[in-house]
Amino acid sequence: MLLQTNSLDAGYGRFRALFGIDIEVAAGECIAIIGANGAGKSTLMRSISGVLPNAPGMILHNGEPIGALSAAAILKRGIAMVPEGRKLFPSLSVEENLLIGGQKRRGSGAWSLQTIYDLFPILREKRALPGTSLSGGQQQMVAIGRALMSNPELLLCDEISLGLAPVVIRDIYAALPRIRETGAAVIVVEQDITQALRVADRVYCLMEGRVTLSGTPDTLTRDAIHDAYFGGHA
Amino acid sequence: MTPSDTPWRASSKTRAGTFVAILAVAVILIGLVLPGFASRRLIQDLFYILTMLTLAQIWNLLAGYGGLVSVGQQAFVGIGAYALFGAVILGGMDPMLAILLGGVAGLVLAVPMAFFAFRLHGAYFAIGTWVIAEVTRLLVAQWKALGGGTGTSLPRAATSDMIGVAQVAELFDVRTAAARDILAYWIALILAVAVIAGIYGLLRSRMGLALIAVRDNPEAAKSVGVDVRWLKWAVFLIASVATGVTGALIFLQTARISPDAAFAITDWTAYVIFIVVIGGIGTIEGPILGVLVFFLLRNSLADYGSWYLLTLGLIAILAMIFAPKGLWGLISARSGLHLFPIRRRLTGPLPERGEG
Amino acid sequence: MIWLDTIVQGILLGGLYALFATGLSLVFGIMRLVNLAHGDMIVLAAYLILVLVMTLGLSPWIAVLIAAPVMFALGWLLQRVVLNRVLGPDILPPLLVTFGLSIAIQNALLEGFSADSRRIPNPELEGASMALGPINVGVMPMLTFASAIVVIVILNRVIYATPLGRSFRATSDDPVTAGLMGVEPMKVFAVATGLAMVVVTIAALYLGTRANFDPAIGPARLIYAFQAVIIGGLGSLWGTLAGGIIIGVAQTLGAAVNPEWQILSGHIAFLVVLLIRPRGLFPRAYD
Repeated sequence: MLLQTNSLDAGYGRFRALFGIDIEVAAGECIAIIGANGAGKSTLMRSISGVLPNAPGMILHNGEPIGALSAAAILKRGIAMVPEGRKLFPSLSVEENLLIGGQKRRGSGAWSLQTIYDLFPILREKRALPGTSLSGGQQQMVAIGRALMSNPELLLCDEISLGLAPVVIRDIYAALPRIRETGAAVIVVEQDITQALRVADRVYCLMEGRVTLSGTPDTLTRDAIHDAYFGGHA
Repeated sequence: MTPSDTPWRASSKTRAGTFVAILAVAVILIGLVLPGFASRRLIQDLFYILTMLTLAQIWNLLAGYGGLVSVGQQAFVGIGAYALFGAVILGGMDPMLAILLGGVAGLVLAVPMAFFAFRLHGAYFAIGTWVIAEVTRLLVAQWKALGGGTGTSLPRAATSDMIGVAQVAELFDVRTAAARDILAYWIALILAVAVIAGIYGLLRSRMGLALIAVRDNPEAAKSVGVDVRWLKWAVFLIASVATGVTGALIFLQTARISPDAAFAITDWTAYVIFIVVIGGIGTIEGPILGVLVFFLLRNSLADYGSWYLLTLGLIAILAMIFAPKGLWGLISARSGLHLFPIRRRLTGPLPERGEG
Repeated sequence: MIWLDTIVQGILLGGLYALFATGLSLVFGIMRLVNLAHGDMIVLAAYLILVLVMTLGLSPWIAVLIAAPVMFALGWLLQRVVLNRVLGPDILPPLLVTFGLSIAIQNALLEGFSADSRRIPNPELEGASMALGPINVGVMPMLTFASAIVVIVILNRVIYATPLGRSFRATSDDPVTAGLMGVEPMKVFAVATGLAMVVVTIAALYLGTRANFDPAIGPARLIYAFQAVIIGGLGSLWGTLAGGIIIGVAQTLGAAVNPEWQILSGHIAFLVVLLIRPRGLFPRAYD
């Protein structure tokens, strides 16, 4: 298994946000994690990416514990993250934002400045501009490109459609198949259930820090998702 | 009485607090009568401890509660001291009254200083206050009537004819010089008590609540309507007046002044910061504990000259890394003790007692 | 002519202050840390060069090449062992730690070298001067100024055109996201402080060869450096040079009127700039 969480607990100080989360991601798989605001989706991403440190054994990558590693060390193992809110570096140009993503790249892989620019052609035009001067959608492309530059085998995408117009979201999701062609596994965190079900091989639904539902999109009924999302029988 | 008759109240009373109030009164009383049987050396040491304690409490109010990390407090010590010397030497004022003038001088300097320094934030505020202290020192060194850069002494007559000296000399049957020391010590004791009580009162007032709110979360405090700018000005001005008075008192006792001594960053700011950091910043207990540790270290290491200061610097670094809340923080965390309770807790009728 | 001469001397003095300030500016720009021991570090480096010159009989120009990596290592260690532990949203701990360090360094130097003033011997160039149009200027002040420019050009090149500089800027913007990019903020900070100490060593060479120094002069150098940084505007190294020049010119002009006013005039120039442009002459667009 590429990635596995073992009854993962996480939180901030005394506040606990995740309770015994078990998820699995196989190589090349696309997983969607859905759930309402505050369900713990972002906390889960922050735990996996090493922003939020955990007990070592709670997260396994290729069977090895990585929970206690730093974000930088986890990136070196091939797990890259597109953080919520894009978080481009304002003092870096578009191209520098991409380059810093590839500064610690693992060997040779599919991604380089050239292939990122082929994936998102608009970025080639704007490469000398400060990253934060771009539109929201273009900034999201930079953030995705920046994460890809490390040639990850697992890409974590935290709320990449948040605050974007539907047409822009479509453009961004259009890149997903190209990313998966390189063999990378992807976890997308989405509030947009339809979007999530369309792209994912498997879906986990989180509510109040617990996994309330999981399965492949075709086996999940609207009612089941509704209950898992908002709490059953309300 | 039914439970609903007894209203819930927010109170900051603790049992330790009551005990400390009694203890404090006892210490003050003993302190006042101490000159009757203590040696002159002890009185001088206590004078030093009390004035350093006062400066430390004031700096703690600024930095620990007000978030104003000033390293320019020597400006107020110096200006207060020079105001006293100016009033006594040039104006013929009684030194005892001139001490209050030190506070006025502190206030007069504080206004332009705050005007400049409040344009800077955080660490830059710190160095900004230092620059202004340097400017003040250099300007005062141009004051030729008070000896310019080399300084001057208080005329002997002025200090021996000072209000109260004759009475104290008679009361304890000592010479004028010793009587002067006793008098200075008494004022230092009153000043220290007044400053501690004043800060304690301030922290428990509405203003203190606002101050602590700002320290703990400036954004949130702003959003509930705390005027941060006004608060900082108020704290800075209060601290400046108190530091000016303390400075005047310190140099009244030494009776000799020079710009380098009166505006010494080591004596009036570095030591003071050390006392607060070692004792525990952001508590009233901390500086009290800190000044005792500081004095003991000073006495035991005084013969080693620069080794002493080297050790002091290293201890401050270690304290900040391993015990950022100081000695009092360690004690308080272990024992839950709060001698000067500021935090309010809800007290109300206990269910069991509610039947009576 | 005398005024022109005074102003040129002031500009050249500004080069020395810019050298004092560049390391401070670099470190502040990257980790929002003001090292109150910065001035004492300059003095420490001056003693290190002095020791190398006196014991090994080296020329100061060679000695600085040995001192620079030593100071880099010292800065790197200081950051890793001490300063990284106290960095955070609260500015008090780093301030107090560096303040303690300042006192510790001053007194360690006092113990090691006594309070006597010393000077790094530099027989070839001491007192040498050259004609610059109508006026004569010292070779050492010229070299100082030229070094300041070279240092700033190189540092700007490092910051804006190398992967290391990219990491500096990214970490300064957002250390958490920089971590996600594989940048380890704590290591970046250590390298930055190390680099700042290399600049400090260069500053120390000129401090020590141009005038006498003793263990107590560090804090005053910190103040000049700080003023240059604030006048220039945070984050701009050319601004720091401009700030250094303003302080330098103000000081020489003040001294020309009355020698006692030299330092005071510099401080007053600083306060005037603070009054007119509180964010400095070349502020960063965002902070």
